[in-house]
Amino acid sequence: MGLAATGRRVELVSLQGSHDDHDREIAEVISLDVAAEAEEHAREEMELHPEALVHASEDADPKSPYRWGMAVDLSSCTGCSACVTACYAENNIPVVGEEFCSQGREMAWLRIGTYYEHAIEEGANGHGDTHGDDPGSDSFHVVHLPMMCQQCGNAPCEPVCPVYATYHNPEGLNVQIYNRCVGTRYCSNNCPYKARRFEWFDYEFPFPLNLQLNPDVTVREKGVMEKCTFCVQRVAAAKNTAAYEYRAVVDGEVTPACAQTCPAEAIVFGNLRDPNSRVSQWAKSGRSYHVLGELNTRPAITYLKEVARGTEET
Amino acid sequence: MASVAPPARSPFAKVSRDIIGALWEPDWRYHVMMVALLAILGWAGFAWIYQIKVGMGAAGINHPVMWGVYITNFVFWVGIAHSGTLISAILYLLRSGWRTTINRAAEAMTIFAVMTAGLFPIIHLGRIWYFYFLAPYPNQRLLWPNFRSPLIWDFFAISTYFTISLLFWYSGLIPDVAAIRDKMKGLTGRAARLKEKIYGALALGWQGSDRQWKNYRRAYLYMAAIATPLVLSVHSVVSWDFAMAITPGWHSTIFAPYFVAGAIFSGIAMVITLSVPFRWALGLEDYINEYHYDNMGKLLLLTSLIVGYAYVTEYFMAWFSGDAMEWESFRWRALGAYAGPFVIMFICNVLIPLLCFWRKIRRSIKAMFVISIFVNIGMWYERFVIIVSALAHEYEPGAWGLYKPSWVELSITLGSFAWFLFWFMLFAKVLPAISITEVKESIAEGVWSPGDKKEDS
Repeated sequence: MGLAATGRRVELVSLQGSHDDHDREIAEVISLDVAAEAEEHAREEMELHPEALVHASEDADPKSPYRWGMAVDLSSCTGCSACVTACYAENNIPVVGEEFCSQGREMAWLRIGTYYEHAIEEGANGHGDTHGDDPGSDSFHVVHLPMMCQQCGNAPCEPVCPVYATYHNPEGLNVQIYNRCVGTRYCSNNCPYKARRFEWFDYEFPFPLNLQLNPDVTVREKGVMEKCTFCVQRVAAAKNTAAYEYRAVVDGEVTPACAQTCPAEAIVFGNLRDPNSRVSQWAKSGRSYHVLGELNTRPAITYLKEVARGTEET
Repeated sequence: MASVAPPARSPFAKVSRDIIGALWEPDWRYHVMMVALLAILGWAGFAWIYQIKVGMGAAGINHPVMWGVYITNFVFWVGIAHSGTLISAILYLLRSGWRTTINRAAEAMTIFAVMTAGLFPIIHLGRIWYFYFLAPYPNQRLLWPNFRSPLIWDFFAISTYFTISLLFWYSGLIPDVAAIRDKMKGLTGRAARLKEKIYGALALGWQGSDRQWKNYRRAYLYMAAIATPLVLSVHSVVSWDFAMAITPGWHSTIFAPYFVAGAIFSGIAMVITLSVPFRWALGLEDYINEYHYDNMGKLLLLTSLIVGYAYVTEYFMAWFSGDAMEWESFRWRALGAYAGPFVIMFICNVLIPLLCFWRKIRRSIKAMFVISIFVNIGMWYERFVIIVSALAHEYEPGAWGLYKPSWVELSITLGSFAWFLFWFMLFAKVLPAISITEVKESIAEGVWSPGDKKEDS
C-alpha cells in the first residue's frame, strides 16, 4: 500500500470561524482548587441570599409557574455531537450537505464550538498574547461548548423584529412564530450568540428521511428564521399531561432531545422557578457562568466551567 | 422644436427658449440608451424573480452576514436622495443664489433615488409575498407592527420623506408646467393638443395672477421649512437600523450625524456626476457652469471633512472605550478580510475630495466629474464596509464568517442604477430640467444670469 498525490484540491469545510475565544470568556476553564473554593463560596452565598442566585427566573410572566432553563456542564461534555444529531431529528432540521455548509448555511440549531483554551498556568500573567494557539504546549486545553439559543430574558432579537415574529412568551422563552416572520433577518444580526438559522431555500427531505419527520414540529418554509425552541413541543406535551392530572409539571418531566441523547448527561433542563429542580441546583454552582453575560442578555442557559488540572483560574 | 422657439428678444425669452426647447425630440443616442437601460432592468428583474423562486439562498448572504449588498444599496440610495432636499430646501431658506439652476434636477434625483432605495427593503425580505405585514393597517390578525423596531421607523421616515419631496418638487414645477402649456397653445396639431391637455392638468389652472404668485411663494417657503428637518431625520433613522443594534461596529451614538453628513456628501457627488452629461446633452452649459461646480465643490469638501472626522472619531471611541470587542471589530475592519473595501472607502471619501481645496480644481468641470465618481464609489463601499465587516466579526468568535455577493445581488445592484437612470432620463425629456421661474427671478433681481461664471467671486 502506498500514498500518491492525486493533484486534486479539496476545500475543507470548517463550521467554526475561530477556535480562539479572544479572552471573551466564552469557553471557560477553572482549576480544581479554584473550583472547590468557588463551590464553597457559592454555598455560602446561597445561604445568605437564596433569592439572588437564579436571576434568569425573573424573566417570565410573574404569574407563570415556569421559567424554563438549561444548564450545561462543560466538564462532562466530550464534544461527541450526539445532541446535534438528536436536535436535527427532533426538530425537522434540513441536512444541507457539505457545499451549503461551506457557504455558511448550516442549519443546526445546536452547534458544538471547539475552543483551544490557553494554558491555565499562563492565564494568571498573560493577557491577550497567550491565546491557546499552541497545541504543542503541555498545558493546552480543549473546551467543547454546545451553543444554541440562550432564550435570553432580555433578548436583543425581540425588539428589532418589525412584525413581532419573535416574542417573549409568559414562560420566558423567545418564541419564533414562523407564520408571522417575513425574513428581514434583523434578529440574527442582533443575536450575540449567532444562534439563529435562516431558511435559505425550500429544503427537501428525500425518502426515507421524510418518514422520520416529527409530526409535532412544523416544517419551515423558505425565507423564515428559526432557532432552538428548547423543544417547546415537548414542553407543551408535558403541560398537557400535567393539566389532565390537575398538577404542575414536575422536574425531569420535560427533557429536550439534546439532553435526552447526551451520553455524559452534560445537559439538564427544567424550571428555574423551582429552586429544587436540577437545573436550579446546577445554576447555583460555583462554576456557573453565562456566555457574554456582560451584555445583560440574561440567558436562560447556564454553563458550568470546565475543570482542568493546574493551579490558577483563567 | 424650432417652431416653438420665439426669437430671443430678451434674456427672459432666451431662458424659456433654452429650457423648454431642451424637451422632446431626443436623438437616436437617447433611444439607444433607454433600450440599454431597459435591457439591464429586464435582466435584474429576471434575477429578482429567480431569487423569489428559489429563496434568499440565491443571494450571497449567509450566517453570520445576514445583510449584504441589498442593505448597502438601500443606504446608498437613501443617501443619494439627500442632496435634493438639501439644495432645494435648506439652500432656499439660506437664500443661496447658485441653487436655482440645479435644484430641479437634484429634487428629481431625490425622488428617483427614494424610489430606488425603497425597493431594497422589499427585495431583501425572505418572504416577499408577506411584505404588507410591515405596514400598520387594521387587519383580521389584530396585529400592529412592532413600533420598537427601527425597521418600522424606517418605513415611516422614508415614506414621509418621499411624500414631502414629491410635493415640494411638484409645487416648484407648477409655474413652469403652465409655461409649457401656454407654449403648446400656440401650436397646431394633435400632439400639441394632447400635450396642452396633459401639462394643463398638471398646471392645476395656473394663470400667473398676483394672488397666485403670492400664495405660491408662501406655500413654497412653508414646504421648504417642512422639508428641512427631514434632511436630518431620514438618514438619522436609517442609521439607527445599525446604531440600535448591539453589534460591535454598529452600536454607536455617532451614527446619526455621521450618516447624515455622508448622505449629503454622496448626494452632492451624484448631482455633480449626473449634471455633467446632463448639461452637455441638453445644451444647458450656460445654465450650469463653473460657478455652480465651484459651489458644489465647497459643499463636497465640507461634507467630506465631516465624514473623515467621523471615521477618525469612530476609531478613537472604539479604542478609548476600552471595549475589547468593539476595538477588535474596528481593528479587523481595517486589517481583516475587508481591508480592500476599507482602503477604497478611505481614499475615495477622505483623500481624493481634499483636492477641492484648490479653486482651480473646483472650477474644472472635468476634475469635479472625476472626483464625484470616486466619491460615489467610496460611499457605496463605506456602507458595504460598515454593514458587512461588522456582521462578519461579531461577539462569538466561533460564528465568524465571510460574505461575497452572488451574481443575483450584483445583477439587482446594476439594475438599481438602470432603474434610477431610466427615470432620470425620462424626466430630462418631459419636464423642464431647470426652473424657468427661478432663473428668470434671479435675472430680474440681477443676482445671476445664464452664462455668468462669476470668475471674480
